[in-house]
Amino acid sequence: MTTTLEAPQTEQPDADVASGPSWKIPILLGVVGLIAFILFGLGTPSGTHTTFVVSRGSDAIQIPSWAVPAQAFALFLTISALLLAGVSAWGVATRRKLGSWVPILFGLAIIASILVWAGAGKTATSIQVTGLLIGTVVLATPLVFGALAGMVCERSGVVNIAIEGQLLSGAFMAALVAGAVAGATGSSTVGAYAGLLAAPLAGALLGAMLALFAVRYWVDQIVVGVVLNVLAVGLTNFFFGTVMRENPDLNRAIGLPDITIPLLSDIPVVGPVFFDQNLLVYAMYALVIIFNVMLFKSRWGLRVRAVGEHPKAADTVGIKVNRTRVRNTILGGAIAGLGGAFFTVASGLAFNKEMTGGKGYIALAAMILGRWSPKGALAAAMLFGFADSLREQFGIIGTSIPSQFLAMLPYLATIFAVAGLVGHVRPPAAENIPYKK
Amino acid sequence: MKLELKGITKRFGTFTANDSIDLVVEPGKVHALLGENGAGKSTLMNVLFGLYVADEGEVLLDGKPADFDGPGDAMAAGIGMVHQHFMLVPPFTVAENVMLGHEQVKGAAKLLDLEAARAKVKEISDRFKFDVDPDAVIEDLPVGAQQRVEIIKALSRDAKILILDEPTAVLTPQETDELLSIVKDLRDAGTAVVLITHKLREVQAVADTITVIRRGKVVGTAEPTASQAELASLMVGRDVSMTVDKDEAKPGKVMLTVDDLSVVDEEGIARLKHVSFNVRAGEILAIAGVQGNGQTELAEALLGVVPTTAGTAMLDGEIITDKPIKDVLHSGMGFVPEDRTEDGLVASFTIANNLILDLHDKAPYAKGMALQPKVIAEEAEKHVEQFDVRTTSIEATASSLSGGNQQKVVLARELSRPLKLLIASQPTRGLDVGSIEFVHKRIIAERDGGAAVIIVSSELDEVLALADRIAVMYHGEIVGIVPPDTDRDTLGLMMAGAHEEEAA
Amino acid sequence: MSAEAVKKSDDAPSQEGRDWRGLLREITESSWIVVVLAVVASLVIGGLLIIFADPAVAEAARYFFARPMDTFAAAWEAVSSAYTAMFRGSIWNYSGDTFVQQFRPFTETLTMATPLIFAGLGLGIGFRAGLFNIGAQGQIIMGAMLGGWVGFAWHLPVGLHLLVAVVASMLGGALWGFIPGILKAKTGAHEVIVTIMLNYVAANLLAYALSTDAFQRPGSDNPQSPVVDTTAQYPLILGESYRLHLGFLLALAAAFGVWWLMERSTWGFRFRAVGANPRAARTAGMNVSFGIIAVMTIAGGLAGLAGSAQVLGTEKALTAGIAGSFGFDAITVALLGRSRPLGTVLAGILFGAFRASGPTLQVAAQLPVDIVLILQSLIVLFIAAPPLVRFLFRLPTPTNEKVVAA
Repeated sequence: MTTTLEAPQTEQPDADVASGPSWKIPILLGVVGLIAFILFGLGTPSGTHTTFVVSRGSDAIQIPSWAVPAQAFALFLTISALLLAGVSAWGVATRRKLGSWVPILFGLAIIASILVWAGAGKTATSIQVTGLLIGTVVLATPLVFGALAGMVCERSGVVNIAIEGQLLSGAFMAALVAGAVAGATGSSTVGAYAGLLAAPLAGALLGAMLALFAVRYWVDQIVVGVVLNVLAVGLTNFFFGTVMRENPDLNRAIGLPDITIPLLSDIPVVGPVFFDQNLLVYAMYALVIIFNVMLFKSRWGLRVRAVGEHPKAADTVGIKVNRTRVRNTILGGAIAGLGGAFFTVASGLAFNKEMTGGKGYIALAAMILGRWSPKGALAAAMLFGFADSLREQFGIIGTSIPSQFLAMLPYLATIFAVAGLVGHVRPPAAENIPYKK
Repeated sequence: MKLELKGITKRFGTFTANDSIDLVVEPGKVHALLGENGAGKSTLMNVLFGLYVADEGEVLLDGKPADFDGPGDAMAAGIGMVHQHFMLVPPFTVAENVMLGHEQVKGAAKLLDLEAARAKVKEISDRFKFDVDPDAVIEDLPVGAQQRVEIIKALSRDAKILILDEPTAVLTPQETDELLSIVKDLRDAGTAVVLITHKLREVQAVADTITVIRRGKVVGTAEPTASQAELASLMVGRDVSMTVDKDEAKPGKVMLTVDDLSVVDEEGIARLKHVSFNVRAGEILAIAGVQGNGQTELAEALLGVVPTTAGTAMLDGEIITDKPIKDVLHSGMGFVPEDRTEDGLVASFTIANNLILDLHDKAPYAKGMALQPKVIAEEAEKHVEQFDVRTTSIEATASSLSGGNQQKVVLARELSRPLKLLIASQPTRGLDVGSIEFVHKRIIAERDGGAAVIIVSSELDEVLALADRIAVMYHGEIVGIVPPDTDRDTLGLMMAGAHEEEAA
Repeated sequence: MSAEAVKKSDDAPSQEGRDWRGLLREITESSWIVVVLAVVASLVIGGLLIIFADPAVAEAARYFFARPMDTFAAAWEAVSSAYTAMFRGSIWNYSGDTFVQQFRPFTETLTMATPLIFAGLGLGIGFRAGLFNIGAQGQIIMGAMLGGWVGFAWHLPVGLHLLVAVVASMLGGALWGFIPGILKAKTGAHEVIVTIMLNYVAANLLAYALSTDAFQRPGSDNPQSPVVDTTAQYPLILGESYRLHLGFLLALAAAFGVWWLMERSTWGFRFRAVGANPRAARTAGMNVSFGIIAVMTIAGGLAGLAGSAQVLGTEKALTAGIAGSFGFDAITVALLGRSRPLGTVLAGILFGAFRASGPTLQVAAQLPVDIVLILQSLIVLFIAAPPLVRFLFRLPTPTNEKVVAA
């Protein structure tokens, strides 16, 4: 049989009927570059210096701190950014594919210019590079867990808006169990690890409720997610105000110890940032790698993706659609619950009301920005973590950017992303559609 | 493997889709299951395939009762099915789709063995000369190739019984012939084939046994030698005329002029390329072609649902391209969309509301911003009667209607205003014979009333029955406009891209 | 067994017409019974939580096998004190000394219900138009911000001032609804994500505004604005003894307006068509983009009015917590009210009662107010899944299940 009879699905457009390529990205880069040039390039006072401190006092290998002439540097960086925007425009005009190095370099230049501007003329304080990066990884941790949780659910076709509630319940459970076990064994380290083990259970419980209502009773998944978040707030606040108030031992500030990896942790910058963290952070690395392989290269991943894209097709080859969805929704809840432990035992804090503060929604945003892939989620979470870390740094050195605007950045970035300004976002096709035979 | 169905009954609520059906399929034979749309053929096959659980009756394989808990079991037992709506995951490759559900894994980590899947696809593809690339992504493939992937999927699981559900709906006549020859090859290799169809020609071409189903019941069996008229009357339950009664067309002035019209979709792919033609008042121009060759885009571009990138269309001297849809409708275009449930009706709205979807803000249905419920109800009663919509109440939802009655509601709405041009896409798809006759009659009446009519249809029978002229589309272009007495083979070649001169 | 036999038994019950069994069936299948039972089930679960968390019960349970009745008595005491506290805090305080004290709880319920009704109405319009607007919180904040600012920074004559401030609130909310609307219409950006993100943007904007001189109350270090002028406050409708203000009546009027808009106007017809099937609406010549933008803007405007009820009525000054959690609670209100105006008003009053009972619950029953959040979310979950409620109460399955809106 020959295949001469094809419909025109993959044809290239005739030149005369084709529409032009998209100018969105060059325009976006140009506008951002111009704003940065005016605010940070021209806005940096001349004659001042910005000091970058790379090493911390406790580091094994010391790198001297680095002072740069602020205005010259800020101008150089922002003009570079504008040039990169020009390169991007040239790429579109000549229809060349330039790859992702242009926006990445652009982003780095803008960030560097902000740092130079913020640190200009501050003699008493300086930009703590290592501290900034450590903060990035730490603050990204719950976001990565949350984004992975969302991804595991959504890849199977169940929208998980309840990440926020799952993080919160995980945080609560970790604190409760850590307190109880520490009280019983007398060792706060044992307690902390017990709390870490218990956290996923609370998340999984919420995941199971999401599965019950969304998969079994076909209730709109977004409705269930939103309501479960309210329920999680209600339950944790209620027990915080009753059980934990009456038994203060059950809610103590107990922390996981940091595990220093020999040799690797001595590498300047990289060592303290990546290899001197607690078990939860290492678990995060492991989960990202495992899910990246499992989702795209394993039988499980192939089936999960099939269920999320075309459940009927999966059903016709004998894959149990609803069973897959239930399992994934519970697994996703457990992952988010584990991430919730970040807020209590991994940070050495006691539980407090609504202490997740919307991180679950930012995790959702990280999952979308990361296009439902573990690698992407990690990158997006790191970006948000960096914005958060930057906010903390700016709080210390003091800048004229109100902290509230920095806090808005992840949210605005997400809005830009879903509005298609930074590429096309395509969720799993069967998302939020119950599978009925 | 021999397959027997005994007394299969399947009910949905109060509706009995299958009523104690018996069926025997022998190995190495093609068994045609013939019946109208809605007769219960697909339901029966879904029961057999384990997608539905039968309320009564049993399935025997080689004499042993089979109890399927889902399609996985049916497949394991050697039953393969090519669904009418392909069961392929669009963003996956061919190899991934074929391996899905019975994946081979390799190594200690038990990762997918894509190499083995590719080899399997290649082997089957070569054996039947399918020419399918294992690494092609499904959503980039034309429907014909997707169907071959479905067959590979079934064969890769060593199907002894292959069910084909309306397999030719999306194929050209030539592709249909090729498929039928594949069916014969499979049969000769010992596979039992069940061919579900309502097309008599195909049945006669390949069937060894014919079972006819009407309203969920087996109404008889027939030999392949039976005449088309015999099969048709058995299928419908009464004598049906195979042709449509219509007088010679009396074309008037040019009503629609389409000049150099082009459409590029969001992905940047040209869907419609420099199309030019015209339609006169009082004639029916049928647009033939395999689905996906630009007919949908042409109809939607005329209405204004998809934006045009070049060219113009003029309705009665007025340019309609780039006008809002509302203005196009009010300038005298009636539009019966291809997918009536998606584009033609709001399923959860009442029949009365569906009848005023386009006119809801015009007098007498509205005064200013206020709807006039009384007028709306009165008009609805009138239309329901005129168009013989079978319903309990005008307050019933559109979703409660059968396909034929839904189409009547759409027609009633579109024909309730004076039209200069009627565009009807796939106007009888999925309808029973009674409804088809009704719809055809109304369309011809509209022509005789002086409107220009465009019919888009992938059913060659319908094109030949209604057309005063036939335009054949291929790859977004009109390859030729021919008279209605052009023979099938010529049309088939044109549908495959040959120009009129070459084809004839 | 032949199919004929089955058919006969199917038809049998309908022969007798509407006998008492049919009537009972109708009642048990109706959605109202599900609503009532959902509330009952939620109260039961809430009661179990109260018992579980009660120290007196825990104390009694220690010697459960010696004197089991003590445990049950303690449990009963805990639950009944909680639920009677809720009654006294929200409907009628029978232990109050004066009529004002006795009647005040119910007026508090209506006061609390006001923003819930406004925002719930807006969300309901969105749900019926197929738009899942999670952004009421941000819209309330923006409405409160703009209305409050007009209230304390502008000084206009009596009557006009209130009017301008209310309109400003509406515009603030409408703007915050318009943004996700136009993004959805023009780029397809999912409104759930955009509205969630805008909630946080609004919260940060408010926090920032309250740190500026333009908004901060002179002489105060707290993030709060000056008190709005009395000319811009909603008049109290039951006198000085109660907080119930004109905003409540405005909310009832808005409910009627929304009913007319959705059921009787050409706009509502379009909104509903766009929500139920945007492709068919478009094919019939409706402007879907405009519909989406209009719905989101109107919904935002209504949520903005909720903000006005807070800043011009109940609180009388802008604070960082001006919106409380009204925006999220309003989602549950709209869902419980099935996106219909009357339902939304009733659901708003129910959840308003929950909120109003909070202080009494805390003082009299020593319970965190958060128990009402638990009740609220459980009620909505149960209502969204009627088969679960029927299963719990062993009710018959109806012939055709109605699917919950949104």
